[in-house]
Amino acid sequence: MRNRVRELRKQKGWTQEQLAEIIGVSRQTIHAIEKGKFDPSLPTAFKMSNLFKLPIEQFFFFEESDS
Amino acid sequence: MKEKRRSLLVRLAIWTWSWVITAAIATFGPQFIWNNHEGITALAIAVNLINGIAMIIANRRLFDHYDELERKLHLESMGLTLGLTVIVGLAYSMLDQTNLIASDAEIGILIGFMGVTYLITLLINRRRFL
Repeated sequence: MRNRVRELRKQKGWTQEQLAEIIGVSRQTIHAIEKGKFDPSLPTAFKMSNLFKLPIEQFFFFEESDS
Repeated sequence: MKEKRRSLLVRLAIWTWSWVITAAIATFGPQFIWNNHEGITALAIAVNLINGIAMIIANRRLFDHYDELERKLHLESMGLTLGLTVIVGLAYSMLDQTNLIASDAEIGILIGFMGVTYLITLLINRRRFL
């Protein structure tokens, strides 16, 4: 799944480690999400949505090839 | 988060080593330490069993502390390890039953196979996602 997590994180001036700490996951998980290698769970996506103050669909983009 | 992780890992390491040591005592003790006394042997096996349960609880606590990606990595590795162990274990057993191997099939070899398989599949999975 394509996403804008890296871009939004950088806008906030956070490192992967800092975002991971706030969300409650490991830095490797943030790295995998940003690279599009791992799709987060709904709770993690909602935590990011609250943090970035954006609806989920504005930073995670579903593509047919993801299904 | 990191300190909690470290503490859970240390606890798992302690219980794992204590399980290994009690297994060694229960295996070699009857012959080399207490001259095949049945009561002491039964007690040594019971202590080993209790240590094993404590090790599983420590592992479960560590697993609960993992995040979603770490759980996915470990669960996929466990699934692959289980499948491969069943297949390889049965083939190994058939080799023994049909006398195609000179020695008896040993459970220790299967446990070693499980450990190595888990490690390799975990490394492969980490490369896939990280």
